[in-house]
Amino acid sequence: MRTIFIVFVKEILDNLRDRRTLGTALIMGPVFGPVLFAFVINLSLERSLEDAERTLELPVVGRELAPNLVSYLKSKNIDAVAGPEDRAAAISAVKTGEHDVVLLIPDIFGQQLADSVPATIELVSDQADTDADRIARRTYRALRSYNRELAALRLYARGVNPTVLRPLNIDEVDVSTPSGRSAMLLGMMSYFFIFATLMGGMYLAIDATAGERERGSLEPLLSLPVTRDQLILGKIGATCVFMALSLALSLLSFHIALKFMPLEQLGMTPNFGPGVVLAAFLLFAPFILLGAAVMTLVASFTKSYREAQTWLSVVLIAPTMPILIVSLLTLRPKTEFMFVPSLSQHLLLVDMVKNEPVNGLHVTISVVSTLFFGALLTWICARLYRREGLLG
Amino acid sequence: MIKVEGIHKSFGKVRAVRGVSFHAPDGKITGLLGPNGAGKSTTLRVLYTVLKPDAGSALIDGIDVVSEALSARRRIGALPHGSGLYPHLTARENIAYFAHLCGLERSEVNDRVDEIIRLLEIEDFAERRTKGFSQGQRTKVSLARALVHDPQNVLLDEPSNGLDVMATRSLRRLILKLKDSGRCVLFSSHVMQEVAALCDNVCIIANGQVAIDDSIDGIRKRTGCDDLEDAFVRAIRMVGDE
Repeated sequence: MRTIFIVFVKEILDNLRDRRTLGTALIMGPVFGPVLFAFVINLSLERSLEDAERTLELPVVGRELAPNLVSYLKSKNIDAVAGPEDRAAAISAVKTGEHDVVLLIPDIFGQQLADSVPATIELVSDQADTDADRIARRTYRALRSYNRELAALRLYARGVNPTVLRPLNIDEVDVSTPSGRSAMLLGMMSYFFIFATLMGGMYLAIDATAGERERGSLEPLLSLPVTRDQLILGKIGATCVFMALSLALSLLSFHIALKFMPLEQLGMTPNFGPGVVLAAFLLFAPFILLGAAVMTLVASFTKSYREAQTWLSVVLIAPTMPILIVSLLTLRPKTEFMFVPSLSQHLLLVDMVKNEPVNGLHVTISVVSTLFFGALLTWICARLYRREGLLG
Repeated sequence: MIKVEGIHKSFGKVRAVRGVSFHAPDGKITGLLGPNGAGKSTTLRVLYTVLKPDAGSALIDGIDVVSEALSARRRIGALPHGSGLYPHLTARENIAYFAHLCGLERSEVNDRVDEIIRLLEIEDFAERRTKGFSQGQRTKVSLARALVHDPQNVLLDEPSNGLDVMATRSLRRLILKLKDSGRCVLFSSHVMQEVAALCDNVCIIANGQVAIDDSIDGIRKRTGCDDLEDAFVRAIRMVGDE
């Protein structure tokens, strides 16, 4: 035990003095997540605010032919401006991207309206372009309500109650809570935490095998009267400390960063107070041992520091896979999922952030199974550390 | 005291060591001499227990290096070829780390580290981090690290590699000091002159086998060459011709 502690203390000291290790553990992980997150939130925020508030300038061909329509659009915050000369010009303008959307009003529009036959108007847009699509849909909504208003007026003129045209009254009841909606975006937080956790210990894990070997310090170390198990356990222990530090810092940085993000405007109220931060740390803590063991294991097969770095960047992506699959299939949390490390932490964190009750059995399975895999891989690491091939 | 009997070691198809036997007594300096790739390092690696021999046995002070590796390691101080230091630790911390790992009591570590720093004349840079040390400085610190627990048997794999004249001389003085204090010193080299200047006994290895194991004079007699370099070359041919 004393030997493990000696190795542990030395590794901590050694790596505290290494700017690269310190940089990735204390800066890279904790800062990268919130910054990227703030960027995504702000982007989606800008878009949703843009829609309702900003006046839309809509190029209209034949503006003078439909003064009533133009003034109706104006009331919907859509400004009809002079568009291209004719239909062909309008289509090519949309194709080239000069305009996102153009409204076409044919010469016979007034006549058709007066005759009470369906008056054709055309909305030209490129639906493959999401930006243009949003504008087109906003215009379409305005046109549709103008259409309904005209219809109602005509029915009144004929002495018919316009409600005959509404046999159904469809009301959408959205049961998603504000926290629930935010969970979709905040779901990606769990990956940032896993990423930060792994980054924190990456260089230590490489150092335990490939690093020591490349530096030439492995052989002298192995010729000392200590067992290799003691060496690898001390090293994995130190790796875990750096990972825990990185995880704690990234949780804290998120806790602080979320306060400065205008999430309420998006209808989100994520539950990420001190209590959840602490619970999340405890929830992710078992993953630290597993991550440390996996990285040490992968690094022990590599021949050099560089090769180890390459392989470990693959390891950084691996935990996203189960999260990604479950997110894509929008699966609800199930008990079986709790046996899968990284996925179980993700699902439980989402529950906590959504302010939903967390299933105690699920937490237990997540903690126990993740610890089990961690211990198993640590054991395999120790076995591999004993082989002669370690010297390279 | 080191006793090696019929060690074999292969790496895949490469038979690095094929039946090496020799004896290195206490209070003597024994040289392992041989061209590059002769099997010197592999033999030493078996002795400081990072490799297991395929066949044969080796005893350190009567302790088997395979069955009682931990006890054997306590009795050796090893300087592997191209030993590296921890660049973020100072020379003193590097040495102290090994002292702790060798099981020295906390209270004695500091005194012992001071002593070895004085012995190896590294006071000037003992408190500096080892990043950027010269080859000579690195070797001295590695050596201090290997000797900090005062081992009875000292194994040095090409210790003078990359050292300048001054550093080589101080290394030689140290090796002689170890001999005078009754230690068993075994070191490998491919430089004949160096071995001739220091060793009581020389074991010439070529192609993984022992060509000659004798005193300097004995080697001269048996090869019929007065010049040591010629004797070395002839001894190697004796194995190569088989």
